[in-house]
Amino acid sequence: MSATSSATGIGASVRRKEDLRFITGRGQYTDDVNRPGQGYAFFVRSPHAHANIRKIDSTAAAKMPGVLAILTGDDIAADKVGGLICGWMIHSKDGSPMKAGAHPALAQGKVRYVGDHVAVVIAESLAEARDAAEKVEVDYDVLPAVVDMNAATKKGAPVIHDVADNNTVYNWHLGDKAATDAAFAKAKHVTKLDIVNNRLVPNPMETRAAVGDYEPGTESFTLYTTSQNPHVARLVISAFIGVAPENKLRVIAPDVGGGFGSKIFIYAEEVVCVWAAKKVGRPVKWTADRTEAFLCDAHGRDHLTRAELAIDESGRITGLRVHTLANLGAYLSTFSSSVPTYLYAPLLSGQYDIPAIYAEVDGIYTNTAPVDAYRGAGRPEATYVVERLVEVAARETGVDPAKFRQKNFITKFPHQTPVIMAYDAGNYDASLQKALEMADYKNIGKRKAESERHGKLRGIGISAYIEACGIAPSAAVGSLGAGVGLWESAEVRVNPIGTVEILTGSHSHGQGHETTFAQLVSDRLGIPLDAVSIVHGDTDKVQMGMGTYGSRSGAVGMSAIVKALEKIEAKAKKVAGFCMEASDKDIEFKDGKFTVRGTDKSMDFGAVALQAYIAHKFNGQELEPGLKESAFWDPTNFTFPAGVHICEVEIDPETGITHIERWSAVDDFGNVINPMIVEGQVHGGIAQGIGQAMCENAVYDAKGQLVTASFMDYCMPRADDLPSYQVGMTQTPCPSNPLGIKGCGEAGAIAAPPALINAITDALGTENVPMPATPQAVWRLAQKSITRKAAQ
Amino acid sequence: MPKVSMTVNGKAVSGNVDSRTLLVQFLRETLRLTGTHVGCDTSQCGCCVVHVNGSAIKSCTTLALSHEGSTVTTIEGLAQDGKLHPMQEAFRENHGLQCGFCTPGMIMTAVDIVHRKGNKLDEQTIRHELEGNICRCTGYHNIVKAVAAGAEAMAK
Repeated sequence: MSATSSATGIGASVRRKEDLRFITGRGQYTDDVNRPGQGYAFFVRSPHAHANIRKIDSTAAAKMPGVLAILTGDDIAADKVGGLICGWMIHSKDGSPMKAGAHPALAQGKVRYVGDHVAVVIAESLAEARDAAEKVEVDYDVLPAVVDMNAATKKGAPVIHDVADNNTVYNWHLGDKAATDAAFAKAKHVTKLDIVNNRLVPNPMETRAAVGDYEPGTESFTLYTTSQNPHVARLVISAFIGVAPENKLRVIAPDVGGGFGSKIFIYAEEVVCVWAAKKVGRPVKWTADRTEAFLCDAHGRDHLTRAELAIDESGRITGLRVHTLANLGAYLSTFSSSVPTYLYAPLLSGQYDIPAIYAEVDGIYTNTAPVDAYRGAGRPEATYVVERLVEVAARETGVDPAKFRQKNFITKFPHQTPVIMAYDAGNYDASLQKALEMADYKNIGKRKAESERHGKLRGIGISAYIEACGIAPSAAVGSLGAGVGLWESAEVRVNPIGTVEILTGSHSHGQGHETTFAQLVSDRLGIPLDAVSIVHGDTDKVQMGMGTYGSRSGAVGMSAIVKALEKIEAKAKKVAGFCMEASDKDIEFKDGKFTVRGTDKSMDFGAVALQAYIAHKFNGQELEPGLKESAFWDPTNFTFPAGVHICEVEIDPETGITHIERWSAVDDFGNVINPMIVEGQVHGGIAQGIGQAMCENAVYDAKGQLVTASFMDYCMPRADDLPSYQVGMTQTPCPSNPLGIKGCGEAGAIAAPPALINAITDALGTENVPMPATPQAVWRLAQKSITRKAAQ
Repeated sequence: MPKVSMTVNGKAVSGNVDSRTLLVQFLRETLRLTGTHVGCDTSQCGCCVVHVNGSAIKSCTTLALSHEGSTVTTIEGLAQDGKLHPMQEAFRENHGLQCGFCTPGMIMTAVDIVHRKGNKLDEQTIRHELEGNICRCTGYHNIVKAVAAGAEAMAK
C-alpha cells in the first residue's frame, strides 16, 4: 500500500465522495428528473379493502381540463401487459407449490386492499390529474375483508384469491420434527413464548417515483425509477411483464433516497408509467405522496409466533420449536415468499449450538398491503424469537443471561446448524465480553438500586444476533426456490490517462459505494481516490447486476471488483512487459508501479494505461489493445455477521417513558473498508430496530383501513426518541470472499429489538411486553409492577 | 394565472402560477431548484425546509403566492462564493448523511437552530430542536454531532 493510498485505502475513514452533491442540493433523485412534454400520473386507488369492481366510468373525468388519458385494468389487459410476479417459489410440506394469486398492475375486476390500483389518470399537471381522478366513478360491490391472520384461515373467511384455500399461500416447514419433539420430551425445562412481531412501514425519506419515456424512432423505452436493483427491474418488466424486450428497455435508478428493502420490488406504478408512455405518446411521471407510500409500499415483519426452547439439567439448549403465521398481505410481492421461510427459519439457531430445530411457517393472505423484505428481512424476526427465548429461559432457570448465552455459544467453526446454514467463522464470546465491558454490566445492580431510590425502574437487555448476508450463492438459493442467481458483476475501465471507471451491478441508496468501492480500487491500483469513479444504476452503462439488499454490496459486489482488478493487473503486466522488454512474469506491481523484478526499470500505472491504448509497443496478434476487464462473482457461502448489543433503560413509572440510558454495540463484520461508513450503518440500523421496539406499528382496523397512514399517525423515531450509541467491533474475517467482508447494513435492525425489549422486561419484571413498547403500554405494565412489588 | 415575484438565493425571480401552487412546487418545478425535497404531506419530515426572510419554514405547507416579495434561501443558496457553509462542511465531516434526501432540510434547520439558540449547543437541545426533521438513515447520532460542530464553526 502506498503512502498516498493508505490515507484513503482499505480501513480508512475517508469522507464520502458523494456528499458534496447532497449537501449542496445537487443530488439527482427520480423526482428531480423531468422529461420534455411529460404528463403527470395520479392513481385512482381502492378505498375498500375488498371489493368487486362492477364498473369504472371515466366519462366525466375525461372531460376535465388537461386530461391526456385515463387507463384501467381493461387497457393493460388488452395490451397483454402481464401481472407482477413473486420470484421465489416455496413448496408446502406436502410438496405442493405455493398458491400465488394473480397480481395485475391495474385491478381487473377486484380489489384486495386499501390503495390497490384501480385506474391511472394522466394529465398536463399533477393538480389536473388529481382533480380528474376525483371524477372517475368506480362502482364497487364491497365484500367482507379480513386483516387478522387467525381469522383469515378460519372456515368461512372471505376468499381473497380463489387459488388459495383458507387464504393460505403455503404451509412450509424446515428441520427435523421427530428429533425436535424428542428433545422436548426429554427437556428439564421448557420456555414458551407467544410473540408478535409488529408490522412496519419502511418509509425511506424519498417516496417511490417513476418517469416512463418512449422513443418511437427506436421503439425503445426508458424508465427512471427509485430502485435498489434496476437490472432486476428491467429483467422482470421485460421477461415477465412483457412491456418491452430487454434491449429496448433502459432502466435508470439515479440517486435513491433510502430503500431499506422497500425499493427492491417491482411495483405497479413503475410498470404503468413505462407502459403508458408509449400509449399516451408522452413521458409519464409519477411520485408517491407519503400516504401512498404508507398504503402501497411493501410493509415489513408481521409475524405471530409460538416459540419454545428445551433446556437440559445442565442449562444447555437441546431443542427449539416454532410455529409462525406470516402475513403476506393481499398479493405476493417480488420476494415476499422467501422472507418468512428461507430468510427466517435458517437463522433460528442464533449463535447457539442447538442440536434440534423445527420450524413451521404458514404464509397467509389478508386484505392488507403486500409484506416483503424490510431491513433484515426474516432475520430480525428470527433473532427476536431466539433472543427473547434465551433471555426468558435464563431468567426462568435463574442463570445470568450473559452466562446462559456464553454456555450455549457455538465455539468451533465451521459449524453446521440443523437448519441449512454452515457458519464459517466467528468468535461470539469475544463480542459478548467486549459488549459486557462497554455496558459496565457488572455494576448494573448498583445502577438499578440507584434508580429505585429515585422511584425509577432500570433494566438491562442483551441481544446476541447472527444473520446470513452476502446474499447469496446462486446454486444454493436456486435449490431453495429463488428464480434468479444472486451473483454480482463488475467492469473496470481504465482510461488512457490512467483514471478508472468501475461499473457495478450494486446500487447505492445511502451506503456510500462511491467512496468505499473507490477506496478498494485506489488501494489496489495505487492511484488517487479522485481518479476513480463508480458508475451504477443504469442498465445502459452497467450490463447486468443484481443490486443492493441483504448486506451484499461489500461481500458480493466488491468481490466482483477484486476479480476484475486481478484481470486488469494481469493484462497491465503484459503491456508493461512489452514496453520494458521483459516477460510479464518478471513484472512486479506494487504501489501503483510496474517494475521489472531486480531492476530499476519501472512504469507507473498511468503510463502503462496509455501504452495499452496507443498500442505501439506490441502488435494486435501478441496482445489486444486496451485495458478493460469484467468479472462476475458468485459466492460459495452466505456470510455470517454476528455480534452483541446491550441496551440499558430507565423507566419512569409515572409517565411510562422509557429512556435509553446506554446502547453498547459490538459487531463482527469481518474486514472493514471504511469504519466511519460502517458505524453509520450500525447507527441507522439500531434506530430502525428501536423504532420497531418502541415507536412504530402499522395498524389496520377490522375493515382493512390503514389507520396509521401518515407521519402524524405512525410514529417514526425522531432525534429525541433516540440515544447516542457506543459502537465497537471484533473481527473474524469471512473466509468465503477475497476481502474477508461480512456485511453491515442490517445488523442494527436485527440486533436492536430484542435488546430493548429484554431491557424493558427486565425493568418491569414481566415478560409480557408488546412491540412497540409505547409509553402507554409501559405505563400500564409499570403500574402492575409497582403493585406487585408493594405486595411483596 | 397570477404572477408571483420573490428573491431566491439572491436573484429576483417571478413566475405565473396556479393559485394553489405551494412554495416548494414553485421552487422545484418553476425554478428547477430541486435541492429542496418533499418527504411527506403533513409538515412532519422537514425535507422541504427553506429560509424565508431569515427564518426556517416548511415550504410544503405554504402557498407560493403568500410569499410575494419575500427573500428565500434554499440549500442551493447556502454556499457563498463557491465556499461551503460551515454547516454543510460539518455534515460532510461528521458523516451526518447517508442517502442525502433529508439532508438539505436538516442543514437549513440546523442553521436556523444556530441563529436562534447560539453557537454552543448541547446534545439535548439539538435533539429537541430536530423534532420537525426526520431522517431514516443515520439514527441521528452523526447528525447531532454535525449540528454541534457546525454551530461552533459558524462562530468563527
